Amino acid sequence: MLVAIVAHFAVAAALPAIAKRWGRNVFYVAALIPAASLVFALNRLGGVLAGAAPEESLAWAPGIGLEISLRMDPLALLMIVLVSGVGALVLCYSARYAKPGGEGITRESVLLLVFAGAMLGLVLADDIFSLYLFWELTTVCSFLLVGGRGLTPAIRRSATQALLVTGFGGLAMLLGLILLGTAAGTYRISEIIAHPPGGAVTSVAVVLVLVGALTKSAQVPFHPWLPAAMVAPTPVSAYLHAAAMVKAGVYLVARFAPGFSDLAAWWVPVVVLGLWTMLLGGVRALREHDLKRLLAFGTVSQLGFLMVLVGSGGFVTALAGATLILAHGLFKSALFLTVGVLDKATGTRDIRELSGVGRRWPVLTGFVVLAAASMAGFPPLLGFVGKETAFTAFGSGGARDTIVLVCLVLGSALTFAYSLRFVVGGFGTPQGKTPIAATWPGQGLVVPMAIPATAGLVCAFAVPWLEPLLAGYADAYPGHGYHLALWHGFTVPLGLSALVVLGGYLVHRHVQRAGLPDVRWPKYADAQAGYRAAVRGLDALARRVTGRLQVGSLPVYLGVILLTAIVVPGAGLLAGVDSPGPLRLWDSPMQVPIAVLVLVATATVLVARRRLTAVLLTGVIGYGIGALFLVDGGPDLALAQFLVESLTLVVFVFVLRRLPERFVRDDRPPGKKARWTKAVIAIAGGVFVAGLAMIVSASRDGLPDVSREYIERAEPSAGASNVVNAIIVDFRAFDTVGEIAVLAVAATGAASLILGAHRARRRPERDETEEVTG
Amino acid sequence: MTKWTEWDAPKERWLLTERERGGWPRSLLFELCTRIVFPTVLVMSVYLLLAGHNDAGGGFSGGLVAGLAFVLRYLAGGSAELAAVRALRPPVLIGSGMSIAVITALVPAAFGAPILSTALWTVTLPLVGTFKIATSLFLDIGVYLLIIGVVLDLLRTLGTGIEQGGLDS
Repeated sequence: MLVAIVAHFAVAAALPAIAKRWGRNVFYVAALIPAASLVFALNRLGGVLAGAAPEESLAWAPGIGLEISLRMDPLALLMIVLVSGVGALVLCYSARYAKPGGEGITRESVLLLVFAGAMLGLVLADDIFSLYLFWELTTVCSFLLVGGRGLTPAIRRSATQALLVTGFGGLAMLLGLILLGTAAGTYRISEIIAHPPGGAVTSVAVVLVLVGALTKSAQVPFHPWLPAAMVAPTPVSAYLHAAAMVKAGVYLVARFAPGFSDLAAWWVPVVVLGLWTMLLGGVRALREHDLKRLLAFGTVSQLGFLMVLVGSGGFVTALAGATLILAHGLFKSALFLTVGVLDKATGTRDIRELSGVGRRWPVLTGFVVLAAASMAGFPPLLGFVGKETAFTAFGSGGARDTIVLVCLVLGSALTFAYSLRFVVGGFGTPQGKTPIAATWPGQGLVVPMAIPATAGLVCAFAVPWLEPLLAGYADAYPGHGYHLALWHGFTVPLGLSALVVLGGYLVHRHVQRAGLPDVRWPKYADAQAGYRAAVRGLDALARRVTGRLQVGSLPVYLGVILLTAIVVPGAGLLAGVDSPGPLRLWDSPMQVPIAVLVLVATATVLVARRRLTAVLLTGVIGYGIGALFLVDGGPDLALAQFLVESLTLVVFVFVLRRLPERFVRDDRPPGKKARWTKAVIAIAGGVFVAGLAMIVSASRDGLPDVSREYIERAEPSAGASNVVNAIIVDFRAFDTVGEIAVLAVAATGAASLILGAHRARRRPERDETEEVTG
Repeated sequence: MTKWTEWDAPKERWLLTERERGGWPRSLLFELCTRIVFPTVLVMSVYLLLAGHNDAGGGFSGGLVAGLAFVLRYLAGGSAELAAVRALRPPVLIGSGMSIAVITALVPAAFGAPILSTALWTVTLPLVGTFKIATSLFLDIGVYLLIIGVVLDLLRTLGTGIEQGGLDS
């Protein structure tokens, strides 16, 4: 399994080279990897269904208990069918959708494949850290794919919104998962669910995890990012925003529900927000004229439906949830791909402009009707099977179940209405409207769309063979005895389905004739306005905090740092002070002249008037310290000190060119009070550091155990006779990698700041010249 | 007798300099020495990198020495001198150093060992003799490249600042 995930990333790294030769056909190469993963996963089907979920784990840092562990259970396998199956189809589709020789081909193919790999990892991950890692990887891929090359402000805004909302949710989820893992005493997801912890902490953790799931799956009140993300190219929307990424939230809820669905903190938000989302999405979908945005709100609505099903627990409910996850992945990707086909063929996605497409291409329309009927829950399609099961699940007659059932029926009626609106609006021929001009988009686009559309039909009839997989997930709950089927006889759910069809038709007719009443939401209930207000508030808070803390005065910063250093560790030092013991004047006579040199230089710095002089004298102090290291027998330390000192000198000189030559201007002498404050702080700091050094070095008798171990093991286990180097590159190599990462980030950040400042300084000059010449 | 506040003002130029068209003060002596010393310093830095395992040195020191070689060239001739190494773009150096270090860290995991663990190879080359290589050397190489990149980045950014603004004042 790990190999399959790594293969995605490895091939993605090779794609740019292939794209140079093969152009847009590179998508076909990319499609091979998800397709192979799908075959590989289906190959394991027998074992998975028999209850022996294959597991793999790679302990990459056993010292701190970190490992990547993967587990393929029925739910994971179901998700792989969507992630890899739809992924392969979408990549094939992209190969014909992208313009030949277009600029974004390399970028998009790489990102789509990386995304497919991350998604595969996400559904296979069995420990919370791997789960989080892959989760955030999908978020980043989504940002890059939605943003594209960031050509317009609208695109950039949408991509940022998707990143901020899902990133915020991801962080909340990480916190929740860690709380859960700590409470349960294990970070393996399968173990946490098998033995769910209890207590108030668990309730908090569960809510945090839900925030992650709800943001990712675009539930109220986080949903606006999904319709906004429709600025992405259609294949991206079909994959990320229909089949795969937005399902991650549903998947997370489905994954944890068997352990926590009894908790009120779990099912109340899931069911309430899910139902609300389902109804809201349905209404908004009826209002849209852009087919893609219609589908986006349809997705929001369906995701709410799925949330309710997978989140509320119970065998039949989970079975319905699993069936609809599969059905939704199939029909929604088909429909999104259809929108791409229409867009290519006619150049528009607007219902008010499209006309006559259905008559021109009846076969294409047939596939579209199949997919839309599955979405509407019309027999004999998989969506119908799932919806019937859902109605059965909530048909117990209890108060809670009945309320949910009523909302589900209402939501399904809306779904039927907007499905009808999609087909009639996109493919119908309104009276008195000339058919729109269109060119046949080619088999390469239609076939990838037709496959999932047909699959919805085939799966509905193959449901007895499909059931073991879907029930494999639902088996986590007690209570069996329900079987998926197209025909259960004349039952209450069938009656409800008939009601849904009738209601949906009436709603559609009403909307087409009269339109929806234009209800203005109050400001506080508008989720998009809420998002904007939150972002603005954060900005304002950041500005206020920065303005208060970063006053821009170097003496103030230094003073704060020094005072903190004196007060905090100084108090501890005074509390547990030990007499430093007998003092020696020197260890080696060589220390004396060096110390004198350093002291003289220090005293001279105080009276220096020019900055350059002060910098050079500081350099002398630094070299003196280096010399002391050398005398004490630390050549490595001394070498590093000398080199850093030299470099610092040069950097100082660079910076000094920007500053006035002298510290103090003769005509503006500094106030006495400020000088005294500075002097007191400086002297206190110096005394504190000197005292600390004396006490610390006196309290040390002999080598600590750690040092002795380092010295003993340097040669045998690190193969180095230089202990310092053995520590840096072996014993504490993890620190080294962290430190160079910090260095890289700091250098890049400093470079950006400085270069940015240059640009900002140069720009006004250029404007002036332009004004003069213009 | 000068006022005591003036005692640290420079009284004369240390080196004869000629101003180039670009405005960079140019000292022939300095430039010549730098050019002669430059390759030696680079070799020295590689020595420090390789010797670090058993003597004083290591990737950090080696990288700093190599970086200082470039600093010397820059001080002698400005960015024109650095044009010679324009092929070494600092972000690329930083990125490849970081990548080498991370890959070195992760490779042991593929062989079932904890990340960042070290393997020792003993290699015998004809004429050269037998020597020992620890895989942690690659981590050191990563650090070395990254440090050079950071120093060159400093020259590129702070250095251009001088040339564009500082010299005029």
